[in-house]
Amino acid sequence: MSANDLKMINVMIDGQPVSIPENTTILDAAKMLSINIPTLCHHEDLCVAGNCRVCMVEVKGSRTLQASCATPVAENMEIYTNSRLVRTARKHVIELLLSEHRGDCLRCYRNGTCELQALANEYRIDQGVFLDLHKADQVDISSPAIQKDDSKCIRCQRCVRACTELQAVSALCVAHKGADMKITTFWDKALAYVVCTNCGQCVTHCPTGALTERNYVEDVWDAIYDPSKHVVVQTAPAIRVSIGEEVGMEPGQRVTHKLVTALRRLGFDSVLDTDFTADLTIIEEGHELIHRLTKALRDKEDVSLPMITSCSPGWIKYVEHEFSDHLDHLSTCKSPQQMFGPLAKTYYAEKIGVDPKDMIVVSIMPCTAKKFEAVRPEMMASGLRDVDYVLTTRELGLMLRQAGINFQNLEDGEYDSILGKSTGAGAIFGATGGVMEAALRTAYEVVTGKEIPFDNLRVTPVRGLEGVKEASLKIEGTLNKYNFLEGAELRVAIGHGLANARKIMKQLESGESPYHFIEIMACPGGCIGGGGQPIPTTNEIRMKRTTAIYDEDEKMQLRKSHENPEIKTIYEDFLEKPLGHKSHELLHTTYVKREKN
Amino acid sequence: MMQGSENIVRKAVKTYGRSRENLLPILQMVRREHNYLSEDQLRDIAKEMDLSSADVYGVASFYSFMDMQPKGKNIIRICKTITCFMKGKDSIVGAIEETLGIKMGDTTPDRKFSLLEANCIGWCHKGPAMLINDKVYTELTAEKAVQALEEYM
Amino acid sequence: MVMTREEKLARINAHQDRVNLIFEQINYLDLMAKVMKLDNETMMQYIKESGLKGRGGAGFPTYLKWNLAAKQNSDMKYVICNADEGEPGTFKDRKILEEQSNKVFTGMAICAKIIGASEGYIYLRGEYNYLVPLLTTKMNDFNQDMKNLGLDFSLYLRSGSGAYICGEETALIESMEGKRGEARNKPPYPVVEGYLGKPTVINNVETLVYCAMIVLNEGGKFKTFGTEISAGSKVFSVSGDADVEGIYELELGMTIQEFVDLFGDGDTKAVQVGGASGFCVPRKNFKETIIGFEGVPTGGSMMLFNSTRSMYHILMNYLEFMEEESCGQCTPCRVGCQQLVKGIQAIKHKKRPATYLDELVKLAKSMRVASKCGLGQSVANPFISIVENFREEIIY
Repeated sequence: MSANDLKMINVMIDGQPVSIPENTTILDAAKMLSINIPTLCHHEDLCVAGNCRVCMVEVKGSRTLQASCATPVAENMEIYTNSRLVRTARKHVIELLLSEHRGDCLRCYRNGTCELQALANEYRIDQGVFLDLHKADQVDISSPAIQKDDSKCIRCQRCVRACTELQAVSALCVAHKGADMKITTFWDKALAYVVCTNCGQCVTHCPTGALTERNYVEDVWDAIYDPSKHVVVQTAPAIRVSIGEEVGMEPGQRVTHKLVTALRRLGFDSVLDTDFTADLTIIEEGHELIHRLTKALRDKEDVSLPMITSCSPGWIKYVEHEFSDHLDHLSTCKSPQQMFGPLAKTYYAEKIGVDPKDMIVVSIMPCTAKKFEAVRPEMMASGLRDVDYVLTTRELGLMLRQAGINFQNLEDGEYDSILGKSTGAGAIFGATGGVMEAALRTAYEVVTGKEIPFDNLRVTPVRGLEGVKEASLKIEGTLNKYNFLEGAELRVAIGHGLANARKIMKQLESGESPYHFIEIMACPGGCIGGGGQPIPTTNEIRMKRTTAIYDEDEKMQLRKSHENPEIKTIYEDFLEKPLGHKSHELLHTTYVKREKN
Repeated sequence: MMQGSENIVRKAVKTYGRSRENLLPILQMVRREHNYLSEDQLRDIAKEMDLSSADVYGVASFYSFMDMQPKGKNIIRICKTITCFMKGKDSIVGAIEETLGIKMGDTTPDRKFSLLEANCIGWCHKGPAMLINDKVYTELTAEKAVQALEEYM
Repeated sequence: MVMTREEKLARINAHQDRVNLIFEQINYLDLMAKVMKLDNETMMQYIKESGLKGRGGAGFPTYLKWNLAAKQNSDMKYVICNADEGEPGTFKDRKILEEQSNKVFTGMAICAKIIGASEGYIYLRGEYNYLVPLLTTKMNDFNQDMKNLGLDFSLYLRSGSGAYICGEETALIESMEGKRGEARNKPPYPVVEGYLGKPTVINNVETLVYCAMIVLNEGGKFKTFGTEISAGSKVFSVSGDADVEGIYELELGMTIQEFVDLFGDGDTKAVQVGGASGFCVPRKNFKETIIGFEGVPTGGSMMLFNSTRSMYHILMNYLEFMEEESCGQCTPCRVGCQQLVKGIQAIKHKKRPATYLDELVKLAKSMRVASKCGLGQSVANPFISIVENFREEIIY
């Protein structure tokens, strides 16, 4: 339907006549006229709520003010966005919210980025007119990943909508009514005791400091200051295209080499790269897939297909709760973060002559669920806790600001060896479809000896923000060893956001899954849209970060995981072979059945 | 796990059907078993209807009659609207509290009675009024209120 | 000037006998047979010319509602009877359902035939659970009657569970869909997108009976009662300091003075018209205030208070009710109600100066225009009318 087919409506906004397409909300119509009506409960990722009442406007002929986010334009509507009535009511709404909110701005994690604070600032609210209503609730720190402080909640329900619509987890809900109405969990249990997957989408959609990640910045500073500790830092693929936003840069800037320098300046002893273990994951997982396909197609044995990726810990906890009968479909590979930890405390520690007990491994992640992953009981393959602390992109931003680092002016730096070299395949892990693409680039070549037939290695069918993507790859000209795959059509699916994961799993549960290999990322957009990423995260910003990730890939010399020389070395020196004894000890894991609901 | 909780839940879902719009009648039927809804029952309902427990909890907690703390076999709800107050609701409450030996909001130790307040129950011209379970008692005096209880002792 | 109780009753009964639409015994089967033969335009014309407006309190023109629903193209449509009578002081729908349920069903069936609905629901508040056995029997009989007449329309019963807000039409629909009774954004209106997303007419119990009677009488005497803006008669539920309490059908358009003369105990200082969400009319305004849509409208609740009553206590009772029953989703209502309750208490207990009352009045005015639904929008009604007319009682 072209723009010409859309019916145009004539309205008047603040005295200006304008033509707006039918079904446009007053909020969007005002934007077209360069008028920004303030909002709080509105978020472009989520369905319309219309409950905060901040975005109210006056509509001539209407007895009440209308929520501009929820009201479509109508013919001859006369709208006033800033009349006296609107300003008075809006100021009251903000004052009411402040009276319900424990205003602790100076000490709050969202000081400077809080949307309520910004509104209060705009309306110059400097004194509490109304009575203080906030309840001195206990802060929920039961989860190692997410912190919930009800005393700061303004009940906009963005977290509930994110948890329900985007993620289909529904761990958060609105309960009770009247003055008792609150955002809570099943039976008001602490987050650690419900089906929360720690994905952090609630955190990135929360306008205030009510939901934040558990903060470990002070612990990391302590480790850095401790002269007896050798502190290793690993950086996830998504960080290099996002950390810039935390230090005043536009979204989608590739700042990999400045990132490395900054980390050295902060005082980390070894600056290494999760992209390395991303490449490693591809080798292990690629061979695991081929192993399963061999069993199924050549040996005609019973084996769990489709195989599903396992690097997203939010996804892992989700499937452990909701589809616990199908854990055998998960790849047994650990995530790159968790492959890194044991290798750092065994292989790397030995190489650089550091006692593993004196090594602290810190990871910088776009993710909140990784904080939970790091403390899973089985993540102690090195004999010690494999990953000691996980910091989000936001927490790293905090450290950079605290250290007074003028990030944009830094010179370029290079990662350390030997867990520091990576290929473009490792970098694209940050985007939805990236793990799949990286795996295909390697698996295809392992099976056929030839490069995957896509121009410039752009496996476009698996790229983009569509919720569930499908692709099929015909395998032709296999090596003798793999002749049972000759002519086979490898069918793959990619899902991002747990609501899409649910769709894929429901199909699998019913026995109708047509795929061999599935990539699932818990967060919309993949890791670049993760729960630990700079706020805000919108589709526009997701796209910018995604474009940067694929740019990073194309600008790299090596683009396939199996070409990584440090990967070749680690197998020669240490691991022996993919899926070998050492790999199983350090790089593979098991899963746990959890309660549904 | 409450004795037989799965059975009443299954029965309710079978009676009304699994789709979302049947949640209220299902909650009402399950609640009637023991006069309140337990954590396990809500979880079972969620499982049967393919909803999240949090979602079901959010719905149940909204409605004043869907008590989720253990209640007595007989729930007394006394109207607290101004017109019932004008007719002497406080003395009714006092009489019942004294007779049962509990305070407003509590349940008797033998689990026979719970005493609660309710908003207007629709008998304003014959106040003070109260419900015991679904049965209505109007034009109450302290004596009549205590007498009404005896039916259930 | 002052009548005895007997005189008052005689007057009231005479008035009722003259009006007598709601509680008149009719043969509903004969009426339905007639309805099956009448064409829809004719019946709509009767409703339109009658000037009937909703009797639940909101007062929306019934003809407009039915017409909009009839115009929608949809495979399914619904008729819902709003029997969630929860406004404090309202107890007339209970009697109508108890004594005239067949007329209620008939009103629903007429609507169903006109708009093309095949399912009808009665949403009955949980506090009226004792009516369920009676209504279920009558509904089953009615469903059979409709089958016999060849009308594809079946009635079902849904119970509430203690939530005043579910009397608001979109909150009622949410409740019927198995969710929290939270009001929806409008537009879309229920007649376009209602229960399960389909065109839905929701009418009050009393409104449906009037529809049946208007069709029965082909217009008839309904239009001869009331005023231009408030056509017809209405059922009132009278309580408080009254010589005569109870449920009475009277013409709309009376002044409060006339009402008080009939029902009051001789010392009426204030009348609360429309319950906790309605207006408090002080004695000095009795003569010029009309009971109707041009003055103070009501869903039926009429509470009379004499000079021994504390307006502070009355106001607090209404405010605490609103604070408790608010669904809680929108800021002005959820937080505003709490501020009004605590604010009035603070002034009374000298924690805030008397001038704080002016801030609260401003807040109430904002709540009136900013709240998402009628509950929050109407808190200003009792608040401002009591605070402005009885200021000393609130402060001291």
